[in-house]
Amino acid sequence: MTHQQPIIDTSPKVSDEIRKTTCYMCACRCGINVHMKSGKVAYIEGNRDHPVNKGVLCAKGSAGIMQINAPSRLRAPLKRVGPRGSGAFEEISWEEAMDIAVGHLKPIRENDPTKLAFFTGRDQSQSFTGLWAQNYGTPNFAAHGGFCSVNMAAGGIYTMGGAFWEFGQPDWDRTKLFMLFGVAEDHDSNPIKMGLSKIKGNGGKIIGVNPIRSGYNAIADEWVGITPGTDGLLILSLIHELFKAGKIDLEYLSRFTNAPVLIDADTGLLMRDADGKELVIDRNTGNLVAFNTKGIMPDLAATHEGNRTVFQLMAEKYLEPQYAPDAVAEECGISAGRIRKIAHELGRVAFDEEIVLDQEWTDFRGDKHDKMVGRPVSFHSMRGVSAHSNGFQTCRALHTLQIVLGTVEVPGGFRFKPPYPKPATAHPKPHCKVTPGKPLDGPHLGYVQGPDDLCLHDDGSPVRIDKAYTWENPMSAHGLMHMVISNAHAGDPYKIDTLFMYMANMSWNSSMNTRGVMEMLTDKDENGDYVIPNIIYSDAYSSEMVAYADLVLPDTTYLERHDCISLLDRPICEADAAADAIRWPVIEPDRDVRGFQSVLVDLGARLGMPAFVNEDGSAKYKDYADYIVNHERKPGIGPLSGFRGENGDQFGRGAPNPDQLNRYIENGGFAVHHIPEGSDYYKPWNMAYQDWAVGIGLYDKPEPYLFQLYAEPLRKFQRAAEGHGDRQPPEHLRERIKETMDPLPTWYAPFEDSNVDTTEFTVHALTQRPMAMYHSWGTQNAWLRQIHGRNPLYVPTKLWEQHGFAEGDWARVTSAHGSITVPVAHHGGLNDSTVWTWNAIGKRKGAWALDEKAPEATKGFLLNHLIHELQPEKGDGLRWANSDPVTGQAAWFDLRVKIEKTTAPEECDPAFDAIKSPVGQGPKDLAWKVGK
Amino acid sequence: MTTLPTQTQKKLGLVIDLDTCVGCHACVVSCKGWNTENYGAPLSDKDAYGAEPMGTFLNRVHAFEVKPEVGPAQTVHFPKSCLHCEDAPCVTVCPTGASYKRVEDGIVLVNESDCIGCGLCAWSCPYGARELDQVEGVMKKCTLCVDRIYNENLPEIDREPSCVRTCPANARHFGDFADPDSNVSRLTAERGGMDLMAEMGTKPVNKYLPPRPKDEMGEIDILAPLLAPVAADPKGFLGWLDKALEKL
Amino acid sequence: MHPAPSVIVFTVFSGLGFGLLAFLGLGIPNVGPWASFAFFFIAFACAVGGLLASTFHLGHPERAIKAFSQWRSSWLSREGCLAVAALLVMGLYAFLVIFFDTRIGLLGYIGAALSIATIYATSMIYAQLKTVPRWNTALTPVYFLVLSIGGGALLAGQVHLAGLMLALAGAVQVITWMKGDTRFEERGHTLETATGLGFMGKVRLFEGPHTSANYLMKEMVHVVGRKHSQKLRVIALVFMSLVPSIILLALPAGHFLALVAVVSHIAGTIASRWLFFAEAEHAVGLYYDKR
Ligand SMILES: Nc1nc2c(c(=O)[nH]1)N[C@H]1C(S)=C(S)[C@@H](COP(=O)(O)OP(=O)(O)OC[C@H]3O[C@@H](n4cnc5c(=O)[nH]c(N)nc54)[C@H](O)[C@@H]3O)O[C@H]1N2
Ligand SMILES: Nc1nc2c(c(=O)[nH]1)N[C@H]1C(S)=C(S)[C@@H](COP(=O)(O)OP(=O)(O)OC[C@H]3O[C@@H](n4cnc5c(=O)[nH]c(N)nc54)[C@H](O)[C@@H]3O)O[C@H]1N2
Ligand code: SF4
Ligand code: SF4
Ligand code: SF4
Ligand code: SF4
Ligand code: SF4
Ligand SMILES: [Mo]
Repeated sequence: MTHQQPIIDTSPKVSDEIRKTTCYMCACRCGINVHMKSGKVAYIEGNRDHPVNKGVLCAKGSAGIMQINAPSRLRAPLKRVGPRGSGAFEEISWEEAMDIAVGHLKPIRENDPTKLAFFTGRDQSQSFTGLWAQNYGTPNFAAHGGFCSVNMAAGGIYTMGGAFWEFGQPDWDRTKLFMLFGVAEDHDSNPIKMGLSKIKGNGGKIIGVNPIRSGYNAIADEWVGITPGTDGLLILSLIHELFKAGKIDLEYLSRFTNAPVLIDADTGLLMRDADGKELVIDRNTGNLVAFNTKGIMPDLAATHEGNRTVFQLMAEKYLEPQYAPDAVAEECGISAGRIRKIAHELGRVAFDEEIVLDQEWTDFRGDKHDKMVGRPVSFHSMRGVSAHSNGFQTCRALHTLQIVLGTVEVPGGFRFKPPYPKPATAHPKPHCKVTPGKPLDGPHLGYVQGPDDLCLHDDGSPVRIDKAYTWENPMSAHGLMHMVISNAHAGDPYKIDTLFMYMANMSWNSSMNTRGVMEMLTDKDENGDYVIPNIIYSDAYSSEMVAYADLVLPDTTYLERHDCISLLDRPICEADAAADAIRWPVIEPDRDVRGFQSVLVDLGARLGMPAFVNEDGSAKYKDYADYIVNHERKPGIGPLSGFRGENGDQFGRGAPNPDQLNRYIENGGFAVHHIPEGSDYYKPWNMAYQDWAVGIGLYDKPEPYLFQLYAEPLRKFQRAAEGHGDRQPPEHLRERIKETMDPLPTWYAPFEDSNVDTTEFTVHALTQRPMAMYHSWGTQNAWLRQIHGRNPLYVPTKLWEQHGFAEGDWARVTSAHGSITVPVAHHGGLNDSTVWTWNAIGKRKGAWALDEKAPEATKGFLLNHLIHELQPEKGDGLRWANSDPVTGQAAWFDLRVKIEKTTAPEECDPAFDAIKSPVGQGPKDLAWKVGK
Repeated sequence: MTTLPTQTQKKLGLVIDLDTCVGCHACVVSCKGWNTENYGAPLSDKDAYGAEPMGTFLNRVHAFEVKPEVGPAQTVHFPKSCLHCEDAPCVTVCPTGASYKRVEDGIVLVNESDCIGCGLCAWSCPYGARELDQVEGVMKKCTLCVDRIYNENLPEIDREPSCVRTCPANARHFGDFADPDSNVSRLTAERGGMDLMAEMGTKPVNKYLPPRPKDEMGEIDILAPLLAPVAADPKGFLGWLDKALEKL
Repeated sequence: MHPAPSVIVFTVFSGLGFGLLAFLGLGIPNVGPWASFAFFFIAFACAVGGLLASTFHLGHPERAIKAFSQWRSSWLSREGCLAVAALLVMGLYAFLVIFFDTRIGLLGYIGAALSIATIYATSMIYAQLKTVPRWNTALTPVYFLVLSIGGGALLAGQVHLAGLMLALAGAVQVITWMKGDTRFEERGHTLETATGLGFMGKVRLFEGPHTSANYLMKEMVHVVGRKHSQKLRVIALVFMSLVPSIILLALPAGHFLALVAVVSHIAGTIASRWLFFAEAEHAVGLYYDKR
């Protein structure tokens, strides 16, 4: 043959070295292999040995190389020289920066620590930042959870000692029916994708409940295009059907939940014995006994002196016709027939496809079981349920559905990841006692058990700037970061001196009412001083928020610093293993920047905070790496669990090991400790698991508990609202508390529905996370911004035709709060009354080292302009927070709008003036290659 | 010579599972990363931080919407890279011989040092699998990671394309279609693997697995047996409960 | 397809140039050395200029020499080889005519044949592309050939022949438009076949693979400006064919009018060629739901 083909090198050298660390392009925290050539990052791939991603990597992860080289990286500490918001800065030395910071922070700490508000975004070091804030002594600390998914966390923890989010995962290998509520991407982004494909591979079915059919919902076997905000109703209807058909796991409910616990008919509180143990009737003997008595079979059907069990109240409530499929179908936008079919399928798979593992185990009563029964139905949910003002109760409803099917912590069902299960009672309560110059009396954030635990002054006013743990949102377990700026600006509950923020783009995509927030940040008082006097901010990049700071502390990128993904915080555990991980400087910064945690360690020492100084006042830790290795929360327990003890052979408990970080690096950046077989299901009640968890330091003592189908803390708040007890809610909140804090999961319409005219604002408006973009930061990434450089408003077929839209058209979108003008696009797989767009694609001109004409700034937009942190005024003259009344979770997805076709403008409205870029603009063309 | 080999020893290619692809673009970016750093010139990006960025990618993921006769529209994510066609028109049109199909494994490649950047091969490809790099001026296309799949510097398990290795949904499979027992041949046979634009006569090697049927719990099948109630009211329910608890 | 100026200039002028060369090779017009020089100059300027313009389209023009290697399989390579051969043969022929006033008939015939073959090869670059159904037809070489011969005749001063050929070109042009307009549909390429998803239902693009532009869209998915195509078609037809053929066939001969005919024809051909590209829909456009 005449065919000649060139000889090519099919075995080129791939790299000089592989450095294994943890990805930070999102909070999933996959393991990465960073391939190095001549000391530079050449290529990033997934680490096959890593427990989270097992080798795969998402688009953002692979694009990390463009992130660490982004022209938007801050280069040195910045001191504001122009007006706030202008972006005019001068670069200063670290010494000067630290002096300025200490100059603000020291007097506040000594005189009145409440004048500092320290809030952090989606960083991954909250056990550390929390410790810092606690040591500083301010009550004003939280991370971003309050605007993210606290409903999910609190709903789960109060109900079953763990939640979806990062607290657990479906038993991907054994699940046969998987139901996904309101998830576009989520934190567990790679594991969910791997899991979905596993389920499909095993012949299982996936039901996606989501107004929008994209991503995971596109590959679901069934798409249930629900009307936003009505999931609770759908779920209660499913429960109704399952109750009616008796398709509920009675044995599971009897043994492991508070369904058989008796309720005092007078108070609605659980009946308890003298030791505070909940009381049940033993069906074998008919005796009234503590729930944990050995050998009993708690009776769901019992009554005792007129007091009925939780289960009977549930049956009474959920069998009511208002939850029948026909009654909810219209509100939910799902036909009654379909609801019945889903209920049927849940019941069928849970009971007819029961899994039995021949595995003995002993429960907390000391009763032995010779097998593990599994119900291969599992659920997962996130912000689609969580980010509504009825989200807390909807999360509770969903957990209740899981529990009545007997599918939590069983084979094929939903499984917790260590350190969960951990009931609300085993979590700390919130602390807020301030003593100038001294640490706070305990951790800021926690789980209240009743009105006594609220963070209120004696006069009933809020202790915290964000009004967390007040009657407005009593169970605000993650604080309310989205209220900090507006409260501080309003001086309600009080004025502050310094706002210290870390890694949250609060003047842009993480705020509601973005324009308003920008105004609050720049607003001046009658003396011409800023209403919020000082703003210190740490970012790694030239974000929109940087322009609003007086002092910017530039962080490194994720490949240039130490980080600790700790079991004390948000670890990377799997359902059958405890695991944690580190990041370490695989490259050194080429700019005058410092890891922010190390800066906090330094500040802590300069301020003389006890956790950061030795007896003699000298700095306790050299930097964050030193802290990671040597800090002990309790004797033997530190930020990292792996390679503890002198020989580095202990997990969980053990003396600090000076070689610990090296051992992590050798091990690929993580440590895993597997749960022994037989301990890895039924964890909340399985003594083998409980003992294992105590062994590695997750608990101090075994903490078995019952699932709280009936949530007594909620009842306590209701009782207060009914007039019982010393701590009383303000009058205007009584009715709301009674209605929304039902101890049994319930549903009420999202608040916006009753506050705005739904005949005018007929359309629901949502956002979704794009899989290939992380909030605002993906945009500075030369590769990712080509995939998502602008965002249209997606309009369902019905509205598309009704408004006569055509490709290329624009619409004016108006909410009760404001108006935006944006491009539209057609989407057929969309709930008829819903429009949506990708989240956080729109950018402020001048930010992120982009051209001012970048499509992100001209054609990209934020829905945030339409969402206000307060609901419009109702008849009572009050403006209620746009938050869940139980937890304070920001109700992003309650938004109601109307749309009209409009002529195409030059660019999206609103458009803001460009901010001056503190880092200039990125280079023109890239032809990136490290190895030649 | 830019004629096609009459036969190749292997037929290496990809199977893409449209039933599990979630459209995450992981394969897109992983491909960009690997191929920027490896075979040939880097995949450049014009105006990278500007108003009209335009870069070279060898793999792109579209999202289509399919409206069935009954039921709601479905969304199908659709990754697309070179299909390594058996009758590759992109090879025969090339005036310089830069484009060729390898005899040993059927991979279609561009020899960049011979490429004049005329663009004709891209014109001849029905699938949009070739992009002319705007900085380098040479034609770029999927190499099937020819510098990975045989690479002795990589552990054996990693000798697969970058996009396959990275796909979180396991929607991409790599193998030899000439071997009827290979994973890709079996998947194609079992799941009815499809050709794209078969009428073009390019005989693509890569196959697409069609999405499985969806929305079967819709309105249509009203005859399905549904949950039978155990009681008509809460009272009856308690009666049932008592009996049911007896049986435990 | 993107109507790039370089390819329009290339095809229009090389078409004219080689058309004229073909006539010159046949010894038409039969004029003296100096007049011949003028004709040859125009012919070579058009042909070589066109060819040079085509290199602007290349990413690596300095490697253009490599394009001669694949004449066995590639029409582009054949076109290059033929063009060079035609230019060499005709160059020698012209050299002898101009400087030695010697006309070697056989050499001229070979040169003429090579010139026509070059035009044919050029047309086959487009006609071979199954991906562009509008081009992928025997009408494409006919269109190129008729226009080149007509244009060549016009430049060669063959009034009646040119008039007839240009009228014919007009007719061919109309037929290519009529046939071309339905060609894509006839081929049956649809988004359903492109995705294989037709068995499920009607397919449309929900979201493109990227919001930024890419090479494919710039090069092959040209939709802007197509809305003017009806107007341009009239302009093309009138200037390329109608005006020159009327001048040539119905009006008295004269230098000024001949010039008008030539300018009109060239302008019309440029419009026609712009449409040739702009109206050509590439199958890849299906994936972008744009053709
Ligand atoms: N409309 C609408 N708005 C929303 C949401 C929604 O669904 N819809 N979701 C809400 C939710 S859940 C969240 S979590 C927020 C997210 O909103 P943000 O928390 O504001 O998210 P990011 O855009 O990730 O911004 C974080 C900042 O961290 C910076 N950063 C990145 N890496 C580093 C680093 O290594 N060190 C430091 N110091 N800084 C770094 C970035 O440059 C950026 O300025 O958005 C909220 N806003
Ligand atoms: N790639 C990428 N990954 C990320 C992030 C990112 O920015 N990019 N951000 C991270 C962060 S901070 C978070 S909080 C998580 C959030 O992860 P997700 O929970 O997936 O959050 P969203 O993208 O806001 O998606 C919300 C989903 O809920 C749906 N939805 C809205 N309202 C309703 C409703 O009433 N009912 C139902 N059933 N569905 C509804 C929306 O259509 C959407 O699909 O993702 C994390 N992971
Ligand atoms: S999901 Fe992606 S971005 Fe997030 S940690 Fe994993 S690889 Fe990185
Ligand atoms: S897909 Fe396109 S580039 Fe790849 S072999 Fe087929 S025709 Fe050639
Ligand atoms: S662009 Fe390069 S590879 Fe393609 S046909 Fe031209 S010379 Fe050949
Ligand atoms: S096989 Fe390699 S070159 Fe081809 S698409 Fe996949 S990663 Fe890109
Ligand atoms: S990586 Fe896999 S799931 Fe993601 S877009 Fe590519 S093929 Fe689809
Ligand atoms: Mo979030």
